[in-house]
Amino acid sequence: MEALDLSLAELRLALRRGDLTASELTRACLERIARLDPRLHAFLHVDGERALAEAEQADRRLQEGRHTAEDLPALLGLPLAVKDVLIVEGMPCTAGSKILEGFIPPFTATAVRRLQEAGAIILGKTNTDEFAMGSSTENSAYGPTRNPWALERVPGGSSGGSAAAVAARLVPAALGSDTGGSLRQPAAFCGLTGLKPTYGRVSRYGLIAYGSSLDCVGTLTRTARDAALLLAILAGRDPLDSTSAEAPLALPDLEAAPTSLPLRGLRVGVPDEYFVAGMQAEVEAGVRAAVDALAGLGAEVCAVSLPHTEYALPVYYILAPAEASANLARYDGLRYGPRLAGASPQEVMARTRGRRFGPEVERRIMLGTYALSRGYYEAYYAQAQKVRTLIRRDFEAAFERVDLIAAPVAPTTAFPLGAHRDDPLSMYLEDIYTLPANLAGVPGLALPVGFDSQGLPLGMQLMAAPFREDLLLLAAHAYQQVTDWHERAPRLVA
Amino acid sequence: MPLSIEEVRHIARLARLELDDEALERYCRQLSSILDYMARLRQVDTRGVPPALGPLTAAPLRPDEARPGLPPEALWKNAPQVEAGQFRIPPVFEGE
Repeated sequence: MEALDLSLAELRLALRRGDLTASELTRACLERIARLDPRLHAFLHVDGERALAEAEQADRRLQEGRHTAEDLPALLGLPLAVKDVLIVEGMPCTAGSKILEGFIPPFTATAVRRLQEAGAIILGKTNTDEFAMGSSTENSAYGPTRNPWALERVPGGSSGGSAAAVAARLVPAALGSDTGGSLRQPAAFCGLTGLKPTYGRVSRYGLIAYGSSLDCVGTLTRTARDAALLLAILAGRDPLDSTSAEAPLALPDLEAAPTSLPLRGLRVGVPDEYFVAGMQAEVEAGVRAAVDALAGLGAEVCAVSLPHTEYALPVYYILAPAEASANLARYDGLRYGPRLAGASPQEVMARTRGRRFGPEVERRIMLGTYALSRGYYEAYYAQAQKVRTLIRRDFEAAFERVDLIAAPVAPTTAFPLGAHRDDPLSMYLEDIYTLPANLAGVPGLALPVGFDSQGLPLGMQLMAAPFREDLLLLAAHAYQQVTDWHERAPRLVA
Repeated sequence: MPLSIEEVRHIARLARLELDDEALERYCRQLSSILDYMARLRQVDTRGVPPALGPLTAAPLRPDEARPGLPPEALWKNAPQVEAGQFRIPPVFEGE
């Protein structure tokens, strides 16, 4: 068995026991990247030298720790990848955009800093749809990422680089962001566990802003146990992000020996509104079978209703572009990034933005600018904000009756590259099941629950009340104790 | 409810995006079809419903104290043009 077949939690133990060194592990990652990434294009930047230097330091501490029984940092010596929308001091960051070509961040995002302080090694930056706007990673200005399970298909998006990197076992885990499904949908497409925490659970400081009322930092891992390991470190209030929350995090003990009915007493609701015409039959069958498996683990399953679900898509595609149009105003070609020449600052701005933003970013800026403009604000932006309240209330009412909501992640398994070319609305429809959690602020987790007839991973989504990631992780872990979908590897890796 | 090309040109100007005619026409078509889809929001009765502004938990207040930030050199490093510790840009007011 190769080192990179082990989960993050298993690698952590192997490092502590001395079965493996951080240098060996880091080299294994770099070799796997050199071998497979030319075909996948998961990474935009790899810093092998820096990683190996950090691994050597980690090995020294691990060795000392073994003799002195020192309480070692939780992630000491574990190599991770970071989506290229989270900045790391000294590591080029583009957000998948030509407007940030050559940008070297002067500080590090809080989420990344917490991982580093816990001893993790940041190996590099992963590909993303430009400014995290997309559902396939095809919108990256640096070329698409491919799905390790089928190279002619997309890995999902926008955290597609992180998902492909973890699925192809280039790294044991990666950070990503989720504004409308950008962690959960790639997790489903690549057979991974993707956790979008509650809005405010993890600091957004140093996350390149897209839709600030929706953006969440989260993880792509092979198992729920690995997601719990990372969340414990990422979570918490950060004075540098005024929306980060003080809420306590009481994670279940996932190391404990499994019991026969670990989900006894847990109520799982299945919303009718999430099973609509047009979805791939195998996706529905996979989710329903997984819900049965949760029932087999002791959960009580019942129907639940989220009546405003159909409005999540129009609400999201007004609010997110509106916020993006304001957030992306900062890319003006004056203070950082490349600049195109012009006779006035206005001309510099318009020319730099017009040439350096890609089509999806321009489309969303235009859409958002329109929704916020005089004469249309009430009809679009204000109405969308009110309907968002109704969507939040749907979840509040549902979580009075159930502890978890089980649903599909996306209507289909991974689609071929180019499937939605020139039809932005059809691409937006890929997000219908993941947008509501962002609008309501609730946590969501995607986990693998099987494969379709073409051998592509099937995912299921679990959602919980705000700050109840513990329930998502408990249920996902219990499911992963009795199934092995999460242990399968794409043929590419063998 | 299709957008006119003039409206799209106006939006592009507000958004500070220099676009060629081909791009304006493409966005005109695409934004029109997206906005058509958005029109279903009007079916929702939102009388008396407050807008969903703000995060889930109240942001805790902190004392308003000055704290050290990044040194200016760290910020110049990424600038396209710097002179005497300042961002150099084309003149805002020309002539007169």
